[in-house]
Amino acid sequence: MNVRIWGCRGSVATPGPDTMRYGGNTSCVEVRTTDGVSLVLDAGTGMRPLGAKLDAEGVREVHVLLSHLHLDHLQGLGFFRPLFDPEVHVHIWGPPSPVQTLEERIALYLSPPLFPVRLSDIPSRVTFHDAPEQPVSLGSAQVVAAAVTHQGPTVGYRITDGGGSLCYLPDHEPSLGVTLADLDTDWISGFALAHGVDVLLHDAQYGDGEYAQHVGWGHSAIEHVVEFARKAEVGRLVLFHHDPYHDDNELDALCELAMTMLGRGEDAVQLAYEGMQITFGVSEALR
Amino acid sequence: MGTAPQRALALIVARELAANLATPMFLIDAAGDLVFYNDAAEQIIGKSFAELGTISALTWGEMLKLAKANGDPLRRRDSPPGIAFAERRPAHATLQATALDGTVRLVEVTAYPLFAKTDEMHGVVAIFWETERS
Repeated sequence: MNVRIWGCRGSVATPGPDTMRYGGNTSCVEVRTTDGVSLVLDAGTGMRPLGAKLDAEGVREVHVLLSHLHLDHLQGLGFFRPLFDPEVHVHIWGPPSPVQTLEERIALYLSPPLFPVRLSDIPSRVTFHDAPEQPVSLGSAQVVAAAVTHQGPTVGYRITDGGGSLCYLPDHEPSLGVTLADLDTDWISGFALAHGVDVLLHDAQYGDGEYAQHVGWGHSAIEHVVEFARKAEVGRLVLFHHDPYHDDNELDALCELAMTMLGRGEDAVQLAYEGMQITFGVSEALR
Repeated sequence: MGTAPQRALALIVARELAANLATPMFLIDAAGDLVFYNDAAEQIIGKSFAELGTISALTWGEMLKLAKANGDPLRRRDSPPGIAFAERRPAHATLQATALDGTVRLVEVTAYPLFAKTDEMHGVVAIFWETERS
């Protein structure tokens, strides 16, 4: 499979000269399976340019895998060009809720006064699915989801295809109220999804000094991300969901800190950036 | 998912809560095993969770040594945790609890099932409120 990042900013889009290197668009990751099926992880503002690309390619079926419905992971959906093409079948997967269906919750955004077009008036064929608790085949990829620690119903995804594996945990606070280093791994949120994957895209919102003011907000400090990745024995850690108040230089410093904590270099830990393409089968760095 | 074992998120979050409470709290999983109790609950049992680890469904009832408030025997399935587990509903009672060191406490016990979905129970939370010690 091929993976390309179209947005990796957390919380709110952050364009400007200070975020040019890593980008200001919110969460959106394109996964193209080995047999060519289009998967899209989250619908942040990075989804707009991705939609234009998929439209130009004439893609007729897309699977959008939502981690949760916070606006920074949903806002791009209304600007996703394939959604407005009657020839396209868009599958939208997302976390279940005991209160409302996925369609009902998404319609809260895709309806006036927040959006001019109602979800029911979208011209493409749209099918809603609960995020799969058991592996499902989407093209050549096996996809599975699991609930993880964040604010409100939230899932992470594990995608396996062509001998490579990717785990996507963009918003995740596995250390809430506990010390990860002391926990047995089966008690760590998201562990089974991430265990042994080639590449882990993980929430890295805060510097360690910032976390104390944001406990319970659903995000991780660098220290937590590093410990999680180490315990999960991932091949490569990609720091994701950058804080909107972190400029490029501050992100570089956080990545340096992560590398120091791991005692590893750029082969083992990297910052996500817009346009980043991820290849598989090349790194065993953290194992 | 990978092949690594993983607890349900409802249990993980409940454990996080328990670990940060000064009130004795016990966690029972969907199989009926006692999979965690916090530091405050050590007094009720008499040993730390680190010492005992997970306690099977067959033995945790004996370890907690629960009795009715007047000291009469109590079947485990009639205790609030037993009701919450077997009948999948909340329950509350005033009971006697005898620790491994022989200390007898009068406790209010509240237990409730953890449902992540309406038809999928992941376990039971039991909270003990000490009212009297002898």
